[in-house]
Amino acid sequence: MISPYHFLLPEVESVLLNSDFFKTTKKHATRYSYSEALFEVAEINPKVVVLDVDVGKSLKTNEFAKKYPHRSFNFGIAEQNMMAAAAGMATTGLIPFASGYAMFLSMRALDQVRNSVHYPHLNVKIAASHSGITPGPDGVTHQAQEDLSIIRTIAGSCVIAPADHVTTKMAVHAMAEYDGPVYLSLTRDPVPYLYTSDYPFEIGRMVTVREGSDLTIIANRDLVAHALVAAAQLSGQGIEARVLDCHTIKPLDEEAVLKAARETGCIVTAENNVIFGGLGSAVAELLVENDPIPMQRIGVRDTFAESGPYYEVIDKYGLTFPHIMQAAQKVLDRKHAFNNQMAKGEA
Amino acid sequence: MNDLDVSKSLSVPELKRVAVQMRKDILYMIYEAQAGHPGGSLSATDILAALYFRIMRIDPTNPEWEDRDRFILSKGHACPVWYAALANRGYYDRSHLGTLRKLNSILQGHADMKKTPGVDMTVGSLGQGICAGVGMALGARFQKKDFHVWVVIGDGEMQEGSVWEAAMSAAKWKLDNMTVILDLNRIQNDDFVENTMPLGQVQEKWQAFGWNTICINGHDMQAVVDALEEAATIKGIPTIIIADTVKGKGVSFMENVPAWHGAAPNAEQYEQAIREVEGALI
Repeated sequence: MISPYHFLLPEVESVLLNSDFFKTTKKHATRYSYSEALFEVAEINPKVVVLDVDVGKSLKTNEFAKKYPHRSFNFGIAEQNMMAAAAGMATTGLIPFASGYAMFLSMRALDQVRNSVHYPHLNVKIAASHSGITPGPDGVTHQAQEDLSIIRTIAGSCVIAPADHVTTKMAVHAMAEYDGPVYLSLTRDPVPYLYTSDYPFEIGRMVTVREGSDLTIIANRDLVAHALVAAAQLSGQGIEARVLDCHTIKPLDEEAVLKAARETGCIVTAENNVIFGGLGSAVAELLVENDPIPMQRIGVRDTFAESGPYYEVIDKYGLTFPHIMQAAQKVLDRKHAFNNQMAKGEA
Repeated sequence: MNDLDVSKSLSVPELKRVAVQMRKDILYMIYEAQAGHPGGSLSATDILAALYFRIMRIDPTNPEWEDRDRFILSKGHACPVWYAALANRGYYDRSHLGTLRKLNSILQGHADMKKTPGVDMTVGSLGQGICAGVGMALGARFQKKDFHVWVVIGDGEMQEGSVWEAAMSAAKWKLDNMTVILDLNRIQNDDFVENTMPLGQVQEKWQAFGWNTICINGHDMQAVVDALEEAATIKGIPTIIIADTVKGKGVSFMENVPAWHGAAPNAEQYEQAIREVEGALI
């Protein structure tokens, strides 16, 4: 039998249906994947420098600072200064990677991100850990459930939210080569290793990681793993879901969305981010103007979350694979009703 | 000032003539736009005249020159003074001055580095230009370049917390390749600074943050030139020049009047203002 999966690690594919998948699978926080990749891009590009705001221990950018003390700049707990200084550095030809927590980079320093970085379109790379509700225990003040939506609304922004270790490292390399500001969303808590090194990472291109024709699940960051598990379970019920890893929320891969709409007739989006303005909104905005097929969105509803173990928190707030499966069932029902209505209309 | 060769470093008497022309241009721009910020432009005029026509290492024919000195007007609403300096220095034709704040202009309401030749940093949101200056100074040092970064901030702007974040970081990294000039004109948008949010002991605050301070009369051209030249020679510590200035300097009815922070003169006021500014040379 030919596997419907692409680029998935064999040891992951074989256990997707295990009930304790999220407990037992090997995981890695992508904030560490980021700082590990910094060593590689720094070797390749002498213009790369690393800025942080007293989060060296948390992101392990302090390891980078040990090896490259002259290429590391710790601004203390001062995100606004770091962000505008990163803009100033970029005007001199450097490629600053401004590292910190998503809450404070996207919200406290938002004015700097907009006016000093994006308005002049300077080559600043923003590396934001604790994105979405990926810090479970830290609680609401550190759960940046709005960051992707906020940055997405800024003109000329590029927003990347990779799903795992391998693709985060690929994203860091791609960002260093990309000319312009990029916001990289990273997880505080560990997320499953998913992909092989064959994964074809390209900014702005979704990757089909599972074939399917009944519906499409478009997910990003930590919910890609949940989309894959949901798809595996749905397959047992005779439902074949296509899974698209939408690591770049902006610019959105419109071609991939419209192709999925055409070929599968309904879409579920899944994001660990508020349902306002993020991945689900981006997909809905595109569909409503082009091909308004039935769609359901998984995301944080109009609420703040709370402290707790990461998995338990995102489960309570409706983001885990069982919720994606329910959304899939609902969107399929709507698709069938929609198709029946269309058939009646034609008859 | 048409007889001046501005490609050469100007003398103090010549700089005074340049400042008169810049003040006239500021008034012209704001009068034509019927909007803008005359008060804080006129208070910073002598400082920018000295920087652009004597102090800074620049080449108007090559505004992107990597080794040029950088200038940032962190109090970005005063950009008419910046535009006047750049036009008179030859970065672009003077005919642009009448287009300030109008559609399709290269002269935006707050300065845009991607639209205006010679503008080294986009500014307008207060408290950010000085931080960008820190980044430029670090970038220069990292790349072993010897250009100097000049930043003008306002006293009202010092109410922004990020100014003090920048102050701490410049001291931490001993940024002697950056000089901040404080245009201390004592007025902000609503009212006098003292009534809005008092700054307390300004010199002592900067000293406490680890800065070398130089206090001058910001309208004494010789003192301005001397302070800028001295600042560039101080090593191992960032320097701030605290320039005591008059908001609306040169126009009697604008001087020290908070209402002229952000207001345009009518025709009669404009004519009087030009006469008074020209009179400064007599």
